[in-house]
Amino acid sequence: MKNFITLMLVAIFSWLAVLPMTASANNVQFPTLLEGLKQKNFSKKAVVIDQLEITGDARVLKVFQHMIKGKLYYEKSELVRFVFVEKNESGFAITNVLNDEPLGSVGKREVKKVKVNNKLRGKLRLAIAKLSLNHPDVNLRRDAVRLMFKNIDAAAVQLLTARLTVEAKDKVRDTIEVGIALFDLESIDKQVKLKSIEILGDSLEPAARAALLPLVAKDDTNDYLLQDRDVLTAAIKAVARIDAKLKYNNWAETIYFGLSLGSVLLLAAIGLAITFGVMGVINMAHGELIMIGAYTTYVVQLLMPDHIEYSLLVAIPSAFLMAGLIGIAIERGVIRFLYGRPLETLLATFGISLILQQLVRTVFSPLNRSVETPQWMSGAFEINSALALTYSRFYIIIFSLLVFAALLMILKKTSLGLHVRAVSQNRAMARAMGIRSGWVDAMTFGLGSGIAGIAGVALSQLTNVGPNMGQAYIIDSFMVVVFGGVGNLWGTLVAAMSLGVINKVLEPWAGAVLAKIIVLIFIILFIQKKPRGLFPQRGRAAEH
Amino acid sequence: MSLKTISGLAAAAVLGLASQAAMAADTIKVGVLHSLSGTMAISETTLKDTMLMLIDEQNKKGGILGKKLEAVVVDPASNWPLFAEKTRELISKNKVDVIFGCWTSVSRKSVLPVIEELNGLLFYPVQYEGEESSKNVFYTGAAPNQQAIPAVDYLMNEIGVKRWVLAGTDYVYPRTTNKILEAYLKAKGVADKDIMINYTPFGHSDWQSIVSDVKKFGSEGKKTAVVSTINGDANIPFYKELGNQGISSEDIPVIAFSVGEEELSGIDTAPLVGHLAAWNYFMSVESDENAAFIDAWHKYTKDDKRVSNDPMEAHYIGFNMWVKAVEKAGSTDTDKVADAIIGIKVPNLTGGTSTMLANHHITKPVLIGEIQDDGQFEVVWETDGLVAGDAWSDFLPDSKDLKADWVTLKCGNYNTKSKTCSGQNF
Repeated sequence: MKNFITLMLVAIFSWLAVLPMTASANNVQFPTLLEGLKQKNFSKKAVVIDQLEITGDARVLKVFQHMIKGKLYYEKSELVRFVFVEKNESGFAITNVLNDEPLGSVGKREVKKVKVNNKLRGKLRLAIAKLSLNHPDVNLRRDAVRLMFKNIDAAAVQLLTARLTVEAKDKVRDTIEVGIALFDLESIDKQVKLKSIEILGDSLEPAARAALLPLVAKDDTNDYLLQDRDVLTAAIKAVARIDAKLKYNNWAETIYFGLSLGSVLLLAAIGLAITFGVMGVINMAHGELIMIGAYTTYVVQLLMPDHIEYSLLVAIPSAFLMAGLIGIAIERGVIRFLYGRPLETLLATFGISLILQQLVRTVFSPLNRSVETPQWMSGAFEINSALALTYSRFYIIIFSLLVFAALLMILKKTSLGLHVRAVSQNRAMARAMGIRSGWVDAMTFGLGSGIAGIAGVALSQLTNVGPNMGQAYIIDSFMVVVFGGVGNLWGTLVAAMSLGVINKVLEPWAGAVLAKIIVLIFIILFIQKKPRGLFPQRGRAAEH
Repeated sequence: MSLKTISGLAAAAVLGLASQAAMAADTIKVGVLHSLSGTMAISETTLKDTMLMLIDEQNKKGGILGKKLEAVVVDPASNWPLFAEKTRELISKNKVDVIFGCWTSVSRKSVLPVIEELNGLLFYPVQYEGEESSKNVFYTGAAPNQQAIPAVDYLMNEIGVKRWVLAGTDYVYPRTTNKILEAYLKAKGVADKDIMINYTPFGHSDWQSIVSDVKKFGSEGKKTAVVSTINGDANIPFYKELGNQGISSEDIPVIAFSVGEEELSGIDTAPLVGHLAAWNYFMSVESDENAAFIDAWHKYTKDDKRVSNDPMEAHYIGFNMWVKAVEKAGSTDTDKVADAIIGIKVPNLTGGTSTMLANHHITKPVLIGEIQDDGQFEVVWETDGLVAGDAWSDFLPDSKDLKADWVTLKCGNYNTKSKTCSGQNF
């Protein structure tokens, strides 16, 4: 059945192309047309792509898919065969385009790439969409339909209608109906037009709203341009319906953006909440510990180039250990001689931060390093046609909460946590009870630093990995800890999330630069009013 | 003071002593003023290496006027006031004959008063916002009319863009460039509501809401493009976010003025493929000069993966122009060289010949390239011939009457209406 439909579609296509061709003609034509792709001129290549599309040859789809990914090459040797390539250790593994026959491996210099530019990419995507309307993957099918929105013509509508008769999934059916409505909107039949406006008004597809907007356009004197009152009222209502829905979407989106910024702040600040909040050490090298975590991710990816998907799982414990060990070294080597002298600590750790930066510059070069994003972290999860939440941010929100929970458990439920709290509340008494306060200091600092390292792993997925990356987060981290209340982990959580959301609510309205300034002023005023932050520590412990 | 500064100073001292012992004053000294530490080290270190290579090559050819060239390298450490101090040190203490240096506009502005006071020579190799012409500075990078304006023309005429997002980092170069572009777009009949301007802080990394705004702005049915003057570091998270929110280069192309081969060499280019950049040079340009330059560069750095970029070409052109001017003047005296260099022609790396103009800017071709997955650019469009650099933009009300001409008018900001030279050169 399915094959029959495919054949039907191909038939429609060939018929539309005005050039009726037989299957045998295709076999000859396909290789001849391919030759045209060797030309340098992009507009000539575009013509070839059109011609290839209408041959209806089954091999065309694969050619297009490889071409758009930059994996279609041709040999420089006398054979000049077209090949698909896959990278391997020695160069490329190549496969013959004409018959899918593997041709072994070649060096990079023995083949030449068929280059594409934006125009061709757009053309190819549309062609691929038309050819993959019957793809088994639901999301791909819907994306294919969406791509056709851009230039929807009678031929495209015919394809869509054919698909609609066999399509079982609702979300694809809805998208197809929007596509057909987009075409019907231009109809001269008023009833058809009104019905299509109705359908478009129920859709959150950006293309639907964009198509309706010209109908409700006004002239200079603020009168509607459209004369037909029935169509106009219908269109105004439809746009209003869409806008009402979009408003909720925008709020949901802003909150999500805020939480995700908050989770980044939380990750960056939570290590500092330990070293600064619990131990009272002003650690200016905190940002550099984050950077070390990010570089650890980079090194881990270098060591396991074939398993990028799992690299982050390996990087998390490695970054924790690496940053933690460096943290312990800093504590044992410098900070322990400076307890009770905050100014000296500040200067010494600032010096350490410069040393660490320059060290990284010398070892890895001053250029940013490339950390790859695993496949499962890219892309977005679609809630409706207008609202999509990006996976990378989503995982980082979850991850930051997990780290927070783990840290809370360590402090509340383990003997190390008990010792940490004892030492931070009353060092002399804790020592009298037999706690090795020096060891506890080192461990606490190591824990805080290790968590900074973990934050680096997460940040390597969002931003640049370079020698300066730590500096971008040090101010924000201190801000969050002070705002939340020194020595209170819950305060850090609430502060990070609320600062994130405030920032994102302000941003569309005030711009990114002003939003940051407003938040900073807000915090300054807040600290004036409540110097101990949102959740101050109470009791005798807070006094020293 | 960072470790590198100390070692740099030590090396400079040793070099200075050695050369003094060997041949006293028989060298021509070339100052290299590029940050080797701090935020700008990422871009400027490469330019220092380029200068050392060019000087090395010239010495192999026998130097200039029978004298060897000697590089004096200092590290202004991405610290703007330090640029002024280091300039003073180079001219007064080290007695250099010429300086090649600076990257950011703010560092150049900091050097300006010193270089004019001490009557030195500075070759500035980076694309910048224009609105300046000093007697002592030669601008070998692009002025806005050699990068921004042709880029907008390309988008408007070839791609059919109707709505514009001007996104930039919040400092002088993007603000001035966007002001010029906004005036230019309006002159071309683009309505206010079709232009969206957005500024972000240095190193901005959370682009979610801005990209989401761009997406909404671009979904109104008209073809939309982003003209980006976003500075270095903030670019990668921006492109990543575009990719994550499903905006492809066919839907909303981004054309960047600060993203080159060097910046792309440190990152995963997958989300950038198909986006555009406007420069006067790309490493992928096929010409004999370029092939020779890249070979020399790989040999000099002993690393055949090192990339070349636009500011490197600017230094290549500037250095060769200076060499020719010194030979023509028969002296390294600032005034004689500054007079001799006007009209000097040298080959650029894209197969043409660049000329030094009377306004201290040069002629260059403008190329638009698409980013490829290997971090290189594929040229998709170029201007017919070379474009002459314009010091004062014709699209800003304050500067459209100003003219820079150091040959006949002897003035960097001559007002053609009031027929006066304000005398202030910057």
